[in-house]
Amino acid sequence: MPEPEAVRITIKVNGQPRQLRVEPRTLLVEMIREALDLTGTHVGCDTTYCGACTVLLDGLPVKSCTVLAVQADGAEVMTVEGMAANGELHPIQQAFMEKHGLQCGYCTPGMQLAAYHLLAHNPRPTERDIRKAIAGNTCRCTGYQNIFRAIEHAAERMRR
Amino acid sequence: MYPRPFHYHRATSLEEASALVSQLGQEAKLLAGGQSLIPLMKLRFANPAHLVDLNFIPGASYIRRQGEALCLGPLTRHAEIEHSPPASQIPIVHDCAAGIADVQVRNRGTIGGSLAEADPSGDWAAALLTLGTTVHCLGPSGRREIALADFIKDAYTTALEDGELISQISVPLPPANSGGAYLAFKRCAPVYASAAVAVQLSLDDGHCRDARIYLAAVGLTPVRASEAEAELRGHVINSEIMAAAAEAARAAADPQPDMRGSADFKRQLVLALTRNAIGIAARRARGEHVEGSHIYA
Repeated sequence: MPEPEAVRITIKVNGQPRQLRVEPRTLLVEMIREALDLTGTHVGCDTTYCGACTVLLDGLPVKSCTVLAVQADGAEVMTVEGMAANGELHPIQQAFMEKHGLQCGYCTPGMQLAAYHLLAHNPRPTERDIRKAIAGNTCRCTGYQNIFRAIEHAAERMRR
Repeated sequence: MYPRPFHYHRATSLEEASALVSQLGQEAKLLAGGQSLIPLMKLRFANPAHLVDLNFIPGASYIRRQGEALCLGPLTRHAEIEHSPPASQIPIVHDCAAGIADVQVRNRGTIGGSLAEADPSGDWAAALLTLGTTVHCLGPSGRREIALADFIKDAYTTALEDGELISQISVPLPPANSGGAYLAFKRCAPVYASAAVAVQLSLDDGHCRDARIYLAAVGLTPVRASEAEAELRGHVINSEIMAAAAEAARAAADPQPDMRGSADFKRQLVLALTRNAIGIAARRARGEHVEGSHIYA
């Protein structure tokens, strides 16, 4: 079988338009980490379980270990590096810091992007809304309660 | 982990996708939401030489009422169904969509992909079977409609022929005074259910006029619990009737012991889930608004 041809894709990452050539089997997370050198997006379980690799694809959280880079052609991707603006942490990040919403930090980028999507659509989430929004993100340190408090706090802060 | 190399094809219509897979043969696979296929390819359990991507086909994702049916495009994502007002008018459809895995998976996974995969632990088939759903297919020999009950042949096996794909899913709207519920027991959100039960029933002057009960994840295909349905039919739904139906559902389950639990444990789950699902379905049939939610370990 002849070698599969690389595919040219156009993608906007954290607001920056990028043109790349990717092998069809390249996973979105691999492209983000290796080709774009944005290593804030973590590979955790690599099996669509843990959500450490969560990014926003056209505004929606997806597990980037389970999307091919070629499928993101023409789309906008937001990674954790796109959250802070003008040298200021995003209110969600600030809240994670203040409420101790992270321990080892491995799940943090995915958690924050899941929270970002929740709060963008639901400024007054109930307890159940928050728990449902991060149900696809595993914290292996089991620090869920503080993550939950951080998201609640961020929601409050963002409503002001 | 990454898949074996493959050739990537981007279909611009369902017809083109069907023609492409027919032409490329056994070595080709269709890529819908990819939430099952991509993990299988990463584990090298699936090694297609060609992948035909359906995600760029315009107009393959929709939810619309058409006469007395809810029609869904094959590429409609679970999350789109979860948040769709017309789909939410059929509570069992909403329950099913909203309970699949987690936010991230629901944003990618599609109803057509789920049905075509026919995973014994998949959620859609059991829920949609209670409603008499029809699968519209398109292939080299033209178009045809298959009752979902005939579409699912075996574990991971459907009636789809080589080169054939799902073009639409039609769900008949339930009659007045109907209610349904889909309840699963899950160890946590991202995993498949340990057991799940779909109940759809209609009431007539307080009596159960008709009922459909299907069990998921406790057999090679969704299991119809006909004797449980018979326990309900013609009766006022009270706790004794619910217990009798739940017992009959437990007897109908045919689970395999695995990491999600022993066979006996899963049968016990079926019993409890059936009782709860009948209760929610009956209240909904009486016009009550009831939130249905899966049960987590």
